[in-house]
Amino acid sequence: MSTLVIAEHDNGSLKPATLNAVTAAQALGADIDILVAGAGCAAAGDEAAKIAGIGKVLVADNAAYEHQLAENVSLLIAEVAAAYDNVVAPATTNGKNIMPRVAALLDVAQISDVTAVESADTFKRPIYAGNVIATVQSSDARKVITVRTTAFDAAAAEGGSATVEAVSAVHDAGLSSFVGEEVAVSDRPELTAAPVVISGGRGMQNGDNFKLLEGIADKLGAAIGASRAAVDAGFVPNDMQVGQTGKIVAPDLYIAVGISGAIQHLAGMKDSKVIVAINKDEDAPIFQVADYGLVADLFDALPQLESAL
Amino acid sequence: MKVLVAVKRVVDYNVKVRAKGDGSDVDLNNVKMAINPFCEIAVEEAVRLKEAGVATEVIAVSVGEKPCQEQIRTALALGADRGIHVEAEGRIEPLVIAKLLKGVVEKEQPQLVILGKQSIDGDNNQTGQMLGALTNMPQGTFASEIKVEGDKLNVVREVDGGLQTISLSLPAIVTTDLRLNEPRYASLPNIMKAKKKQLDVYSPADLGVEVTSHITLVRVEPPAERQAGIKVEDVAQLVDKLKNEAKVIS
Repeated sequence: MSTLVIAEHDNGSLKPATLNAVTAAQALGADIDILVAGAGCAAAGDEAAKIAGIGKVLVADNAAYEHQLAENVSLLIAEVAAAYDNVVAPATTNGKNIMPRVAALLDVAQISDVTAVESADTFKRPIYAGNVIATVQSSDARKVITVRTTAFDAAAAEGGSATVEAVSAVHDAGLSSFVGEEVAVSDRPELTAAPVVISGGRGMQNGDNFKLLEGIADKLGAAIGASRAAVDAGFVPNDMQVGQTGKIVAPDLYIAVGISGAIQHLAGMKDSKVIVAINKDEDAPIFQVADYGLVADLFDALPQLESAL
Repeated sequence: MKVLVAVKRVVDYNVKVRAKGDGSDVDLNNVKMAINPFCEIAVEEAVRLKEAGVATEVIAVSVGEKPCQEQIRTALALGADRGIHVEAEGRIEPLVIAKLLKGVVEKEQPQLVILGKQSIDGDNNQTGQMLGALTNMPQGTFASEIKVEGDKLNVVREVDGGLQTISLSLPAIVTTDLRLNEPRYASLPNIMKAKKKQLDVYSPADLGVEVTSHITLVRVEPPAERQAGIKVEDVAQLVDKLKNEAKVIS
């Protein structure tokens, strides 16, 4: 039995999601190799080789893989996967983009967003916005899996000494090209990895009021998130959205401010260790999942909270 | 250009679904069904392309049991020109749906296929990408903006760090994200007119696809319940609880 983990990286360095995927791969009980596909990605490959418990790191370094275009990378993964029983990737936008294409090329089903590995062929995953947990069994010889990173601890990033091997296969489907990107700049921790997240909803009333969250976030070392209502109203950019269709977070502390707590939002944060809700509507559904609820006007409570910290 | 839009019949997004007592499946008896919200966005985008003179014909397709013709009629009322129903029983997995859609793509030869990024029942987020692999078409997933430029399609995608723009050669596949557009409502006259629009029914055999299953549903269960929380009086008490009881801040 052997498992191939697809590394999430930006060519220069590995993203933490890779470490969570490695832990999930370990639960499958097989030898683990990592594939790093990119352009000028040797540094990310070296970093992957240090992860504890890895057999070897395969580095496919070619211009065709630079921006992780699904059409090219999926062909590469499908070819490399021929030697493996399992292919595992984190359920990031990148993993979600590429892996179903890989599964179809291999003519197998994909199991998305796995939150627990019961055995080598049986997995748990949330369906219906997390209102139901399904246990599913795959009958495919080769399994293609994406894992929910917040459901698995990060593997040790140091202590391993895997061998690095170059993969020479070049697949350029010639169907797509990268035009440009707009990266949201932030000094704060990444939303999906932050120990504390403070999120604002429609109750924030406008984008400027999100500044009220910044002081608190600075004091707590927190990332700032938002509900879909706040994103749709144009208060903040969409990469801050927490929920079924946005990011899934599970921090130690989640503070929901001016968020009613729709099913779709809860799907993205209800596995947080401690949930705090600040809302002036005492009947808001968010209070049903909050460990600590404060019924108050956020414009009074937030400055008080900031000075109390 | 001809645009194919895939729509799925799912539980209405406002319904809180529960697992059955015996854990065999979710309880869908007497539950309100609707068109998947992401599919609604897909239909809207196709209709807007038609209104802009880019698309010449919009075809709505759905895979599933007979009642999903209601959702095809909804798409027709929203502006699609005709419908295709691929009649298949039971729980159809994304890979099989993708194979059935491939059969429809081969029959209709659309220049653009638009799907939702995920259905809110299975939360799989697979079908569009799988269709891309099977038809060897490029994919623009999680699209928040699309623009046809000659024989290329520019797609702005919502990715983890922000937005990414890619260029795809046509024919191509697009899966919609929430911010692509705001779907319109169907007007009563259009709902009446939709009843007269053409709706063809195919079986999987017509499309040369065998319906197989790769995944067995072992059981379903409710998620772990959270312990009931408490309401605090004021900010001072909240900070005290977080420091001394929950110990999540120092």
